Amino acid sequence: MDFSEQFLQQLINGLSLGSIYALIALGYTMIYGIIKLINFAHGDVYMVGAYIGFFAITQGGLGIFPALVVSMLVTGILGIVIERLAYKPLRHAPRISLLITAIGVSFFLEYTSMYFVSPTPRTFPTLMGDVSIHVGDLIINGQQLLILGITMVLMVILTYIVHRTKIGKAMRAASFDTETAQLMGVDADRVISITFCIGSALAAVAGVLVGVYYNSIDPLMGIMPGLKAFVAAVLGGIGILPGAVVGGLILGVIEALVAGFISSTFRDAAAFAILILVLLFRPAGIFGKNTSEKV
Amino acid sequence: MFNKKLKRVAALLSGTLLLGTLLAGCGGEEAKSDEIRIGANFEMTGNVANYGNASLEGLKLALKEANEAGGVNGKTLKLIQVDNKSEASESVNAATKLISEDMVKAIIGPAVTANVIAESQVATDNKVPVLAPDATSPAVTVGEDGKVKDFIFRSCFIDPQQGDVMAKFAADNLKAKTAVVYVDNSSDYSKSLGQVFKEKFTAAGGQVVMEEAFLQKDQDFKATLTKIKTANADVIFVPAYYEEVGKIVKQARELGVTSPILGTDGWDDVKVADIAGAEALNNTFFSTHYSDKDESVKGFIDAYQKEYGHAPNVFAALGYDAGRLIVDALKRAGTDDPEKIRDALATTKDLQVGTGTITMDKNHNPIKQAVILENKGGDRVMVAKIMPEAE
Amino acid sequence: MFLALGLIVFALLQGLMAAKIIGSFWQLNITIIGINIILAASLNLINGYTGQFSLGHAGFMAVGAYVSVVLTTNFQVPFVPALLVGGVMAGLLGFLIGLPTLRLKGDYLAIATLGLGEIIRIVIMNIPYVGGAAGFKGIPHHTTFAWVFGFMLLTLFFIKNFVNSTHGRACIAIRENEIAAEAMGINTTKYKVMAFTIGAGFAGIAGGLFAHMFYIISPASFTFMQSFNYLIMVVLGGLGSLTGAIAGAFFVTFISAALASVPEFRMIIFALLLILLMFYRPQGLFGYVEITHLGPWREFFLRKERAKR
Repeated sequence: MDFSEQFLQQLINGLSLGSIYALIALGYTMIYGIIKLINFAHGDVYMVGAYIGFFAITQGGLGIFPALVVSMLVTGILGIVIERLAYKPLRHAPRISLLITAIGVSFFLEYTSMYFVSPTPRTFPTLMGDVSIHVGDLIINGQQLLILGITMVLMVILTYIVHRTKIGKAMRAASFDTETAQLMGVDADRVISITFCIGSALAAVAGVLVGVYYNSIDPLMGIMPGLKAFVAAVLGGIGILPGAVVGGLILGVIEALVAGFISSTFRDAAAFAILILVLLFRPAGIFGKNTSEKV
Repeated sequence: MFNKKLKRVAALLSGTLLLGTLLAGCGGEEAKSDEIRIGANFEMTGNVANYGNASLEGLKLALKEANEAGGVNGKTLKLIQVDNKSEASESVNAATKLISEDMVKAIIGPAVTANVIAESQVATDNKVPVLAPDATSPAVTVGEDGKVKDFIFRSCFIDPQQGDVMAKFAADNLKAKTAVVYVDNSSDYSKSLGQVFKEKFTAAGGQVVMEEAFLQKDQDFKATLTKIKTANADVIFVPAYYEEVGKIVKQARELGVTSPILGTDGWDDVKVADIAGAEALNNTFFSTHYSDKDESVKGFIDAYQKEYGHAPNVFAALGYDAGRLIVDALKRAGTDDPEKIRDALATTKDLQVGTGTITMDKNHNPIKQAVILENKGGDRVMVAKIMPEAE
Repeated sequence: MFLALGLIVFALLQGLMAAKIIGSFWQLNITIIGINIILAASLNLINGYTGQFSLGHAGFMAVGAYVSVVLTTNFQVPFVPALLVGGVMAGLLGFLIGLPTLRLKGDYLAIATLGLGEIIRIVIMNIPYVGGAAGFKGIPHHTTFAWVFGFMLLTLFFIKNFVNSTHGRACIAIRENEIAAEAMGINTTKYKVMAFTIGAGFAGIAGGLFAHMFYIISPASFTFMQSFNYLIMVVLGGLGSLTGAIAGAFFVTFISAALASVPEFRMIIFALLLILLMFYRPQGLFGYVEITHLGPWREFFLRKERAKR
């Protein structure tokens, strides 16, 4: 394998890793867009989604797609419940209290799950045969393509929802200015709930797919991907759906290249360094418009 | 307004103080005369909780068996568990609590090397023996100054032993000329095994052509594995824990890496096969403490299976061994005086434990057999059994 | 006044320890509380008084810890100078990092500092000289309750006086309204960086104290989870209140020690407490109030003040 082939293979690795970040980042960016909260619990919702998918498959005997739907439903409801119980009462509280609450919810999800499912990792049963496509020396895994494909399809569907439907319009209005939107007759509470529901359901998709792809899930699996997904969302421009996907893919590729050509122990540092550089030089992200602050 | 606030604050403070006295009260109670208190300082939460909890399960089983067989010296054993949250500083905290509040006679644990090293000073100062079930770094029992730590023991291999075994196996049995060493940079265990392997493999005429590292809880290894693939080495040595190993083997095979992958006792868990799949796991070898086909360990495996409903992994087995070791030491000491227990631990000889026989050497390391298992078609086949030389 | 009160508390605790009324477990935890108070108070200067949301405190603590242990262990530097050098290095790094990043606001600053804290940790992890990920071993045990208490008093004293100085007032003005503060002619960047540097410096000292207590330190002790912990202390106690920082450090350390015997529920209970506290007292236990402003105390302290005049 020569250098250019190795580089291409690393690109493929990076895109497949990035598509997972992208999937989580989609939900993250929607939620941040509407209530401006770094929802630290989002990574843990993704973990819960993975476990629900796992139990639907092993205990419920479902196939992968029905399990995905079950997981999306349950996790979507979980998202609504979290928002209603933990975030809604604090909507007018200082931002920092909301953030601490998010950290609290995150701990709560992690350790309640740990209590019920034990800290031992679980392994998904094999659902899909290994299909790999060989192009010369390059190897593309079927599951990688599936994840990338699902991410793209979801991005298109979401963009459609946000820009073409009534609820999407309401979301954009509430995100722009919640109070004015309410005055215009938008039921902001409902819109926020729906956003959490969709965002969490997306996290569930990511959780189940990661379970299938990496074949191992554990109660603390959401911490790092959650953080990385936020980085991806910021990278692409927070609140912008295609931005989240592109940000996720770029992050994945950078990580793969750093791991492949420098050292994998610097991978996370590289991700954070990129984040800081983007924040400093293009705070609105790749796709965002720079707006000047109004007094 | 201010008075109201003050009342609230005062109520809160007195509440916490009350809670504190209550808790301090129940912690400090004197041990009953008919029980021997043993402390368990393990990683019950935090990022290596799965290892700590497995060892604890094994330990509990050993003590339960001892109690069912009539206890020790006419007393029952009482295990007091404290969580060290997988952190070195909390491990000191936990050990201090066990020693000063619960008045334990000996401490078992923690699982991870760094956490054992952290607690060893507290234990030494208070003259309470520590038995580490899983910590494999030589630095656990021998201090920086080269002196053996009086009160610290272990019941597992040390890294040089295993690294040596696998390096020789690669060079002699697999006729490997080149190797890649791929270690978990966040673990002492993995790093020092990688180091030993490199030395011994080079000494045996081989060459380590690439050294790579990953971190605990990494999920995606493909980038580094792509790089490793370009090295085209005869063997890949991955001394790491099962969770990452399963993923590494799976992803390596997906990328078309076909060379044999070697590992150590951190591999000894059915999860490796679950994660990687039997197909991918073919042509991999690892050293561990026993083969589950061995008649002498059947008793332990069956008892464990019956107690917890799943097969023991290596951490559980080592936790069980530690339990057997401490029970034996208590019996031979004939008393629950910690210093006598220490002396008895130091003179352990040919003790039959769950995974073989143990003799304690002068560095407080057990001399015990190692086996090399091959994963083959979903089964494990023993390919070598090595009895180490006593130092 | 402040010092006298501190000395009384110190004498009381030291006496109880000497008389073995406080056992070594609680003694250790009281010492840990002292270290956490330094961390919480220094973070409070950044987050509470200046209103700059930082999540990278554990990173500065790590710098102080590693610099000081290298000095004491490898170069036989005495304990206190080593601690101070550690603090200065952490402060210096805080200055270098603060200069560019403090332009950011709110959540963006939070996530950037979180990232920086992680970068510091990862860099340390990749330095074999300090033991890498496995940790730095063989650290002499220097940290005693007396040292911790002394440094804690020093920190509190310094921060209290800083906050009441012109500089401190400028910081508070920035918290209240950055744009207005700038319009008033306050050099906002200067004061933000100043608060950040001082906060990082004290975190470095706390890191040194922490490191000389447990014989071993590893990068795993300085993750962003640890930064969360200090943030929680500050917010629970009350942003912008030193009494609050003390109460928060006390409360969090105490709860965590008291729940040690129920590990499986510890974090669940902790999480619920956190959420409930944010519901019922989002401003923290003390809000912006100091204990010296409360009821009878207030009378007492005011009379002192008046007497002075």
